[in-house]
Amino acid sequence: MITVRNYVKPATVEEAYELNQKRANRVIGGMMWVRMSKGNVGTLIDLSGLGMDKIVEEEEQFRIGCMCTLRQLEQHEGLNSAFAGVFEECTRHIVGVQFRNGATVGGSVFGRFGFSDILTALLALDTSVKLYKRGIVPLAEFVEMERDRDILEEIIVRKDKRRAVYFSERMSSTDFPILACAVSEKDRVYRVSIGARPMRASCIEGTEEEMKDAYRRFSYGSNMRGSSEYREHLAEVLIRRAINALKERDA
Amino acid sequence: MELRFELNGKPVTAEIEAGELLFDVLRRLGCYSVKCGCETTNCGLCTVWVDGKPMLSCSVPAARMENHAVTTMEGLQEEAARFGAFLAKEGAEQCGFCSPGFIMNVLAMEKELCRDGRIPEKEEIREYLAGNLCRCTGYVGQMRAVEKYLRESRG
Ligand SMILES: Cc1cc2nc3c(=O)[nH]c(=O)nc-3n(C[C@H](O)[C@H](O)[C@H](O)COP(=O)(O)OP(=O)(O)OC[C@H]3O[C@@H](n4cnc5c(N)ncnc54)[C@H](O)[C@@H]3O)c2cc1C
Ligand code: FES
Ligand code: FES
Repeated sequence: MITVRNYVKPATVEEAYELNQKRANRVIGGMMWVRMSKGNVGTLIDLSGLGMDKIVEEEEQFRIGCMCTLRQLEQHEGLNSAFAGVFEECTRHIVGVQFRNGATVGGSVFGRFGFSDILTALLALDTSVKLYKRGIVPLAEFVEMERDRDILEEIIVRKDKRRAVYFSERMSSTDFPILACAVSEKDRVYRVSIGARPMRASCIEGTEEEMKDAYRRFSYGSNMRGSSEYREHLAEVLIRRAINALKERDA
Repeated sequence: MELRFELNGKPVTAEIEAGELLFDVLRRLGCYSVKCGCETTNCGLCTVWVDGKPMLSCSVPAARMENHAVTTMEGLQEEAARFGAFLAKEGAEQCGFCSPGFIMNVLAMEKELCRDGRIPEKEEIREYLAGNLCRCTGYVGQMRAVEKYLRESRG
């Protein structure tokens, strides 16, 4: 549980950024994760008054505001038709509808959680994040960046006609994934993203031939949901299934 | 701080603490149907509607509700009783502790998925209700009750 002294709903991103420079203060997206943390918070910075809860489809890209909920991603027709349902598939197993009406994409990406379905899926696409101070950064770079006190404004997904597919393996529905796998293909180059290893998702690229032993190029860990050996085995199977699924779509 | 919002159709003003969660405020305002069943944001028992959408009141910052509309089972007595009768008839409940959250989410599902007289498939129903955990049963009775209820009310 956290103890909170003040609550502020900033009217500008600048104000939110300034407030967030103080270590005692904390930004909230959906608050689903923050509320389970511990300690004293000076000011809770609520980003819900900045109109950043929209998904905008432009000619070349989608711009997803940080305050969009996971349920919005799951149900957005444009996003799901551009990427063959990947957004529905990477969200629908997360806890429940009520939860997904609260949890935000901004909190999911900024948190860079080791179990994240969302991060895994976004990494397989041509995705960047727009940070208030630092500007636009490719997601793959953001994932590796040290956590700072910037504000994540939006997530930009390029519409590059990439085809994609998403799979996850869970011990029971609505649990955290044991392993998450997203694969995309464009001009015969495959991009494979593996998450819940149980470390932060990462991705690699190559031809179909090169992807045959792609699972060996990731590292895996053990936790209560599975051993590193089991995860490596799952990665091999899920990557193969994903590539087959993309090829079947061609046929 | 002062919070003004709509609760079950009526304007309400409440004195709240800065970091207070909606769940605690609702209980204080007498909505005892709203219960907390976990500390991990997982069980669905605390489900209420915010602007008509089901949400977990245990994780919603109360201050965010300014000018929003919250609905609890106290505001849906008739609807809840109607579906509750199906649960009872199927003998679906054992201890019944999970029912308030479950009923709120079934009614939300009905609103969202059953437009134009459509009845959702079993799998769709299961997926919509997956965030409501029950420690006693295997969900079989609940599923029977939901399907019969939807068929009869859409029929
Ligand atoms: C019980 C439970 C089960 C879960 N299961 C899964 C699962 O199976 N798969 C999965 O992928 N995820 C899962 N999650 C994670 C969930 O989907 C969200 O990613 C998580 O709750 C964070 O989103 P939020 O909106 O609640 O963020 P918050 O809790 O509000 O914030 C998370 C962090 O990000 C910071 N932050 C939030 N928004 C911004 C922003 N715009 N700019 C800068 N910083 C920001 C906050 O300060 C905080 O440090 C689970 C979470 C819980 C609590
Ligand atoms: S009390 Fe369990 S999800 Fe809210
Ligand atoms: S009937 Fe006991 S928890 Fe559901």
